[in-house]
Amino acid sequence: MQTHLHRLFESWMPMFKYILKRILYMALVMWIVTSITFFLLHAIPGDPITAMVQDLPEETRQAYLVSYGFDQPVGKQYLMYLKQLFSGNLGQSLRYPGRKVADIVANYSPVSALVGGIALAVGVLLGLGCGVLAALKRDRWPDRAVMLLALLGTTIPTFVIASVLQYALTVTWPVFPTTGYNGARYLVLPVICMCVGPLATYARYMRSSMLDVVNQDYILTAEAKGLSERRIITHHMLRNALLPCVTMICVSVAGIFSGSFIVESIFSLPGLGRYFISAISDRDYFVVLGLNVVLTGIYVCSILVSDILLMLLDPRIRTVGEEAA
Amino acid sequence: MGELLNVKNLSVTFSAYNGEVKAVRGVSFTVYEGETLAMVGESGCGKSVTAKAILRLLERSSATVSSNSVVEFEGKNLLTLSGKELNQIRGNAIGMVFQDAMASLNPTMTIGNQIIETIRSHKKLGKREASKRACELLELVELPEPQALLRRYPHELSGGQRQRVMIAMALSCDPKLLIADEPTTALDVTIQAQILELLQRLQKRLAMSVLLITHDLGIVAGVADGVQVMYGGSLIEKGTAQDIFCSPKHPYTAALLTAIPRRSMERRSDLYALPGTPPDLRLALDCCPFAARCKYAMPICKKQMPEETGETPGHSCRCWLQHPMAPRVALNGGEAGG
Amino acid sequence: MEFSPNDFVIEGVSSTEEQERLASRPVTYARDAWSRFRKNKIAVAAAILLLLLVLLVVFGPLVSTYPVAERANARARNLAPSAEHWFGTDSMGRDLFTRTCIGGRASIAIGLTGAVIVIVLGSLYGGLAALLGGRADDLMMRVVDIFSSVPNLLVIILVSVVIDSKSIAAMIFAMTITGWCPTARIVRSQMLQISRSEYVTAARLMDISPVKIVLRHLIPNTMSVILVDTTFRIPGFIFNEAFLSYVGLGVQPPQTSWGSLAAAAQGMFQFYPWQLLFPAGAIALTMLAFTLLGDGLRDALDPRLRR
Repeated sequence: MQTHLHRLFESWMPMFKYILKRILYMALVMWIVTSITFFLLHAIPGDPITAMVQDLPEETRQAYLVSYGFDQPVGKQYLMYLKQLFSGNLGQSLRYPGRKVADIVANYSPVSALVGGIALAVGVLLGLGCGVLAALKRDRWPDRAVMLLALLGTTIPTFVIASVLQYALTVTWPVFPTTGYNGARYLVLPVICMCVGPLATYARYMRSSMLDVVNQDYILTAEAKGLSERRIITHHMLRNALLPCVTMICVSVAGIFSGSFIVESIFSLPGLGRYFISAISDRDYFVVLGLNVVLTGIYVCSILVSDILLMLLDPRIRTVGEEAA
Repeated sequence: MGELLNVKNLSVTFSAYNGEVKAVRGVSFTVYEGETLAMVGESGCGKSVTAKAILRLLERSSATVSSNSVVEFEGKNLLTLSGKELNQIRGNAIGMVFQDAMASLNPTMTIGNQIIETIRSHKKLGKREASKRACELLELVELPEPQALLRRYPHELSGGQRQRVMIAMALSCDPKLLIADEPTTALDVTIQAQILELLQRLQKRLAMSVLLITHDLGIVAGVADGVQVMYGGSLIEKGTAQDIFCSPKHPYTAALLTAIPRRSMERRSDLYALPGTPPDLRLALDCCPFAARCKYAMPICKKQMPEETGETPGHSCRCWLQHPMAPRVALNGGEAGG
Repeated sequence: MEFSPNDFVIEGVSSTEEQERLASRPVTYARDAWSRFRKNKIAVAAAILLLLLVLLVVFGPLVSTYPVAERANARARNLAPSAEHWFGTDSMGRDLFTRTCIGGRASIAIGLTGAVIVIVLGSLYGGLAALLGGRADDLMMRVVDIFSSVPNLLVIILVSVVIDSKSIAAMIFAMTITGWCPTARIVRSQMLQISRSEYVTAARLMDISPVKIVLRHLIPNTMSVILVDTTFRIPGFIFNEAFLSYVGLGVQPPQTSWGSLAAAAQGMFQFYPWQLLFPAGAIALTMLAFTLLGDGLRDALDPRLRR
C-alpha cells in the first residue's frame, strides 16, 4: 500500500509541477495582454474626457483630468492601473461615474452566461451526437441530412436566423415574446439562435474526428478481438474521437461569458455582449479595458482547464507533460 | 491432421476513386490443425487483404467480398454468420496479430484493460480473475514484471514489447488458429528473430495452427510447415516448406528464393533484385500476372491464366511450364535455396 | 481449348512497353489530386458557384437597370423586388441589386486580401520557426501563444477602436494583426513533420543541399496544407467583416458591404424582409461555396484518404 501511494505521488508530482508552470505562464500572458491594451488605449489621440464629451468648459475638463489622474505621465498612470488591478479593482466607468467594472460584470454576465450556457450545452451535446451518428452511418441518409444541416448552420449568419425566427414566432405566429428578459419563455428564441452555430460546428468536427478514429488500426484490433459493436463504439471510438474536441469545448465555454452581441441586441437581452459594444460606441475606455482584462482572463483560464483535462484524458500527453516539467 | 480453416475461391474487390481494384482473385487454401502455414508475397499482392477477409475485417472499408467465396472454419462459413456468432469466433477461436503494434493498440487504454476486455467478452470471468489471467498471458509471452505492465499504456513500451502484448491479447482465449499479419515487419532484425521464436514456441506449446503472413521468404524457412506464394492477387504455388525451398516450380518462387540475402554474398552487387513492378490490380489480368516479368514467359502465358496443377500431392503450382507441351527448364531456385 | 506448339516457346521477359502496360502507374501527386478533385461533383459545383458570384459582383452593376447605386430616389423607397428593381430598393430608394453587387466587391475583397495577408505572414513566420529550430523556434512559438491567448474578436474590436479609422484597410489590419497565428502553427507543424520524414532524411544522406530540400520537398508538401487553410480562412474574414459592419465598426457609408447592408435592413426586417435576405443570402452562398470548395480540396489533397 505504502509503495502504491508513493508510486501515485511520484507519478502525479510532475503533473503538478507542469500545472504550476502553466499558471505562472498564464499570469505572464495576462500581464502582457493587459499592458498592450492599456498602452493601445492611451495611444488614442486626445484625452478620454474629450473623446466622450466634446463641449465641456475647459475648467471642468481640467478638473476631471486631474481627478482621474489623466494629467500624469503615461508611465505613472500605468503603474497606478497595475496597482489598482492587484488590489482587485478592475476600474470604473467614466461615462457613468460610480459604475464599477466588477459590478457591470456581476450584473450583465449572468444573463449572457445563462443564455449562452444553455445554448452551448444544447449545441455541443446535439452537435457531438449528430457528428457521431453521421460518422457511423457514413454516406447514408442520416449522414447526408446531418451534414446538410451543419453546412447551413455554419453558412447562414446568426442575424438572419435571429431575424427570421423572431418574425415567424413572435409576429406571424405569436408563440414567444418578441424582446426583453422576463422569465424562461423570453430565453427560448435566443437560445435557439445561439445554439445553431455550435451545433453545426461540433457536428462537422466530431464527424471528421470519428472518421479519423474509425480508420485507425486499433479499431480493427478491437473487431478482431470479437468485441461487440456497442463496446467498440463506447470504449474505443468515442473516447479517442472526443479528445480533439476538448480544447474547442473549453474555449467555447469561455466565450459564453462575453455573450453574443447580435442575439442580445436583436432580442434586447441585458447581457455583457451588448454592454461591451455600447461601451465601445460610448468611448467608455476604462470599461473596455476592464472588460477586456476579465474576458481575456476567462479565456486563458479555459485554455489551462483544457490542458489539464487533456492531460487527465490522454496518457500520451501526460508523459509529454512530464518531460516538459 | 484435420482441416481447421478452409478458404475457397475467395475474391475481394475494392472500389477506389480511380476504378475497381481486384485485390484477391479466387484464392483457395487449407490450414490444418497444428500446422504453421506461411503466406508469402510482395507488398500489395493481396495477402493482408486475404487475412483480413477471413475474419471479415474489411466491412468498414470499401471492399466487397464476392458472394461465391467461402471461408469455412470448423465447418462453419464465417462469411455468412450473424454478427453475434462471428464475434464468438473472433478473438476466441481465432486470434489475430497485426503488423504495427503501436497503431493497433488503443493509445488511451491501459494494456491490462485491453487484454481484460478481450477475455471478459468471451468468458464469464470476474474482473479479478480476468486480471489474473491477463497477468499469466503476459508471462506466457515472456514479458518481465507483468503485474506492473498491466497498468502501462502502449506508448510507454518498446516495439518488441508491444508486439508481445498483441500476441498475448490474441492468445487470451486459447485460439485454435492464430493469424499473424506481418508480425515482425515493423521491428528491428534482432527483435524480429525473438518474436518469431516466441511464436514458434507458443504454437508448439498451445498446439494451435498459425497462419503467418509475410513478405520475407527468409524468415519463413525455419518456422513454417507449409508455404504458399501469392502474386497479383492469386496463389501461384503451394507446398511444404521443403518443396518450396528445394524444388520451386514457379519462376516467381524461384526468383524470390534467389532474392534472399545469404551470408556468402560479399559484394553488394551479389544481391539479386527481380526487375519490373507488380501488375496493376485494376486490370482484368486474364493472363498469368507474372508473365511480363518472367524469364521463361511464353506466348500462352499472355493469353490465359494457367490452371492449378500438381504432380506430387501437396505441392501445386499455377504455371504454363507445368503443361506437358511446355519445354522443361531447370529453375535456379533449387541450388539457390540449398 | 486447343494449344499449338507455338504457344510454348520461351520468349523471356516482355519489352519495357509491355511491362509498363501491366504495371501500376505511378501518378504524380498533383495530377492525382486534380483527378480526385474533378471527380468530386460538389466541390466542382462550389467552384463554379464561386466563379459566378465573383462575375456577378464585378459585372452585375453593368447589366443592372439602375447601374448608379448611389443615386437616391425619394419616389422609389422600399420597393419590393420587381422586374425593374430585381432585389427591390432600400429606404433611400437605391436599387438593391446594384448595392448588393457593390457591397459584395468590398466583402469578397476583404475576404481575399485578409486571407492572403494572413497566409503569407503565417507561412513565413511558421516556416522560419521550423527552419531555425531550437531556441529561436521556442521563442517564436511563445509569441504566437501569447497572441493567441486573446480572444480573436476582442483584438479586432480593440484595434479598430484604437486606430479609429473606418477605412477598409484599417479593418483588414485589425483582422489580420493576430489572425496569422493559427496559420503559423499549422505551417510550422507540417514543416517539422516533413523534415522528420524518411524521404527528407534520405535526401540529407544523399548530400542534397538544404536549399534544394526546402525547395523540392518542404515547400511543395506544405503548399497543400496552406491552400486548404486559405479556402477555410476566406469565409471567416467575410463573416467577421459582416459582424463588424453590423456592429457599426466596419465599412462606413458611402462605401458599403454585405454586412452593412444587412445591418441597415435589420430594423425594418418585419416590413421589408428582402432588404436583409438578399445581402444575407449572398453572404450565405459565398460562405457555402468556400466551405464546400475547402472540403473538396482537403479531400483531394489529403494523402491519408488515398486508398
